[in-house]
Amino acid sequence: MITIRNVSKIYPNGFQALRECSTQVEKGEVIVVCGPSGSGKSTLIKCVNGLEDFQQGEILVDGTSVGDPKTNLPRLRSRVGMVFQHFELFPHMSILENLTVAQVKVLGRSQDEATERGHKLLERVGLKAQAPKHPGQLSGGQQQRVAIARALCMDPICMLFDEPTSALDPEMINEVLDVMVELAQEGMTMMCVTHEMGFARKVAHRVVFMDEGRILEDAKKDEFFGGARTDRAKLFLSKILSH
Amino acid sequence: MYEFDWSSIRPGLPFLWKGMKVTLYITLVAMAAGIALGTVLAILRMAKNRALAWLSAAYVNTFRSIPLVMVILWFFLLLPAVIERIFSISRQEDTRLTTALVTFSLFQAAYYAEIIRAGIQSVKSGQMGAALALGMTNGQAMRLVVLPQAFRNMAPLLLTQTIILFQDSSLVYVASLADFFGVAGIIGTRDGRQVELYLFAGAVYFVACFILSSLVKRWQNRLKGHA
Amino acid sequence: MHNWRWEVFLEPAQGGSGATYLDWVLVGLRMTAAVSLCSWVIALLWGSLMGIFRTYPSKLLYGLSTAYVEVFRNIPLLVQLFLWYFVAPEVAPLGLGAWFKQLHPNLQLFVASMLCLGFFTGARITEQVRAGIESLSRGQKAAGLAMGFTLPQTYRHVLLPMAFRIIIPPLSSECVNLVKNSAVASTIGLMELAYQGRQLVDYTAQSYESFIAVTALYVALNLLILLFMRWVEKKARVPGFMGGGGR
Repeated sequence: MITIRNVSKIYPNGFQALRECSTQVEKGEVIVVCGPSGSGKSTLIKCVNGLEDFQQGEILVDGTSVGDPKTNLPRLRSRVGMVFQHFELFPHMSILENLTVAQVKVLGRSQDEATERGHKLLERVGLKAQAPKHPGQLSGGQQQRVAIARALCMDPICMLFDEPTSALDPEMINEVLDVMVELAQEGMTMMCVTHEMGFARKVAHRVVFMDEGRILEDAKKDEFFGGARTDRAKLFLSKILSH
Repeated sequence: MYEFDWSSIRPGLPFLWKGMKVTLYITLVAMAAGIALGTVLAILRMAKNRALAWLSAAYVNTFRSIPLVMVILWFFLLLPAVIERIFSISRQEDTRLTTALVTFSLFQAAYYAEIIRAGIQSVKSGQMGAALALGMTNGQAMRLVVLPQAFRNMAPLLLTQTIILFQDSSLVYVASLADFFGVAGIIGTRDGRQVELYLFAGAVYFVACFILSSLVKRWQNRLKGHA
Repeated sequence: MHNWRWEVFLEPAQGGSGATYLDWVLVGLRMTAAVSLCSWVIALLWGSLMGIFRTYPSKLLYGLSTAYVEVFRNIPLLVQLFLWYFVAPEVAPLGLGAWFKQLHPNLQLFVASMLCLGFFTGARITEQVRAGIESLSRGQKAAGLAMGFTLPQTYRHVLLPMAFRIIIPPLSSECVNLVKNSAVASTIGLMELAYQGRQLVDYTAQSYESFIAVTALYVALNLLILLFMRWVEKKARVPGFMGGGGR
C-alpha cells in the first residue's frame, strides 16, 4: 500500500532531516514509527502524503508516486487520511461542517450525503451530540476523535497518525487510543508516529525506529520488543518504558 | 475676543451632506476595492513564485513609503489622461471623482495587504496542512480554511484602517474635489465663517470616528475574550 | 509623449534671485526636515508624558491623557492643520492669538504645522509608550516600589528605560509616518517638499521630473530615518532581552 524507497530530505539551510529511509506498509498492516524528538519521524510521515517534499528516493501510495510532479496531489491526499498532533480542526466551522466540508468540496458529494456520513462517523467515535458545537468547546480528546472521524469521512485507503496523543492531557489519551485500536482491528492500513508502546504492543504488526533521520530498526513487533538490536533503540526503549 | 456666528451651518447642511456623500462614497469604494486587491497582494506576497512575491512586495512598499499627498498628486497628473483615453471621455468632463476612487483604492490596498498578510500568518500553519491532507487544492484550502480565519482575526484591524481611510479621504482637498471637508471650506470662505465651519467639520469627524473606533475596540476585546 | 528635460533643475528659477530650480527643491527638503524634526521633539516629549499619564494611578491624569488621544486620533490630520492655522489664532486665550498673528507669515505657517504634526504624532506615541509600559510585567513595578523608590522614581529608573527600548521599532515607523504626514502642510502653503514640487510643475511644466525628484527625496528621507533608528536600536539593546522584546 505504502512503499518508501531511499527517501532523503535536505532543507534549504542544509539540515538533513531524512537519510535514505526505506520501509513499506502492506494493506491491512499497522506500523508504529517511534524515535526521539527530532529524529525525522514526523517529517517522514508527512512525506507520505506530500505535505513535505523530499529530494531523493521515491514514495508510492497505492501505486501512485508522491514525488512525481505530474501526480495530482489533492486527489491522492483525499484518499489518505491524516490525523495531526494538534488536531487542526477548523475553528471557524462547527464539528459537523468540519466533517462535511471536504466531502462536498473535494469528493463532490451532496450536502445531504455528506451530512449523513458525518453523523454516522461522529456516532462511531461517540460524539454524536457534539455535532453543532465548535471545536473550541470540546476537550482535547474529543477534538482528536473528531479529527479521526473527519479523516474517515473521506473513506481513506490508509490512515496516517502524526503523534495523535502527545498534545493530550494523560486522562484523555485512552479515549483516542481506543478509537485507533478499534480501527486497527477492523483492518485499516495505518502508519502511526507515536510513543504509545502499549498501543504498539496491542495492535502493531511492525515497529520502525528512527534516529537522526535514519531508520535504524524495522522489525516485527515481537522482535522489536523482544530485543532491539541497536543500542540507540535499547536506550530509547528503556527511557520510554521506565516512565 | 472672537465672536462666534454659527448661522451659516444650518442653511449649509444640504450642501454639507452632499459633500459627506462624496466622502462616504470614496471611503466605501476604496474599502471594498482595497480589501479585494489587498487580499490578492497578500496571497501573492507569500507565493512560491519569486517574481510574483517580489512584485507584490514592491507594490506594497512603494505605496507605503510615499506620502499620500504625493500619491494623490501623481495620480491626478497621470490618471485623467488614461481615463480619457480608455473611456474616450472628452476633456470637459469631470474625471476627478473617478481618479480619486482609483487613487484611494490602489493606495489603501497596500495597507490592507499588510494587515491581511499578518492575518494569514496568524492562522496556524497546521491548518493549511490539515486542509491539504483532506485533499483540498491550495486555492480551496486558502478560501475555505485559511482566509475565513484570517479575516475573523483581522476584522477589527481592517475596520480601524477603514476609519483611517475615512479620515484620509479629506486629502482629496489637494485635488479640489468637494468632499465633506471641501464643502465646509467652500461655505466658510463664502460666508467669511471659516472658524465655525472648520470647527463644525472637526466635530463631525470626531463624533463619527470616535463612535466607530469605540465599537471596534469593544469588538476587539470580545474577540480576545473568546480566544 | 513626454519631453524629458532633466536639465530643468539647473536652469535659473523665475523670480530672478539667481536660484536654480534645484535650489527650490532643496529649500523644500530643508523645510520638510526642519518641520519634521521640530514636531518630532514635541511629539516625543509630549507623547511620553501623556503615555506615562495613561498608566499612572490617577483618575484625573488618566482621563486627561485619554481625552487627548481620542481627540487627536479621531480628527483627520488635514482638519487639525486647518484648526491650528485658521481657527486657533482666532480663539486662543492670553493674547497668544495676537502674538501668532504678528509673526512673519512664513513663521506662522511653520509654527502651525509644527504644533499640528507634533500633537498629532504625540497622540500616537502616547499609545506606544503606554503599550511599552504595560508590556513590562507587573512585577517590575512592584520590585521598584519594594526597593523603596517612589512611584515617579520607579518610572524614571525601572519602567521607562525598558519601555523605551521595547518601543524603538514602532517609534521609528512613527517617525517615518511623521515625515510623510508633513506633506499635508503643503495645503496651507508651507514651502516644504510637496509644495515646492507643485510650484515646480506650475513654473516649468516639467511635471514628471519634478514629482520624481520630490518623491525620491521622500523615499530617501524614510530610508535615512530607518537606518538611524536601526542604529539607535542596536545601541540600546539589552543583552538577553531583545528579540524576546515583549511585543
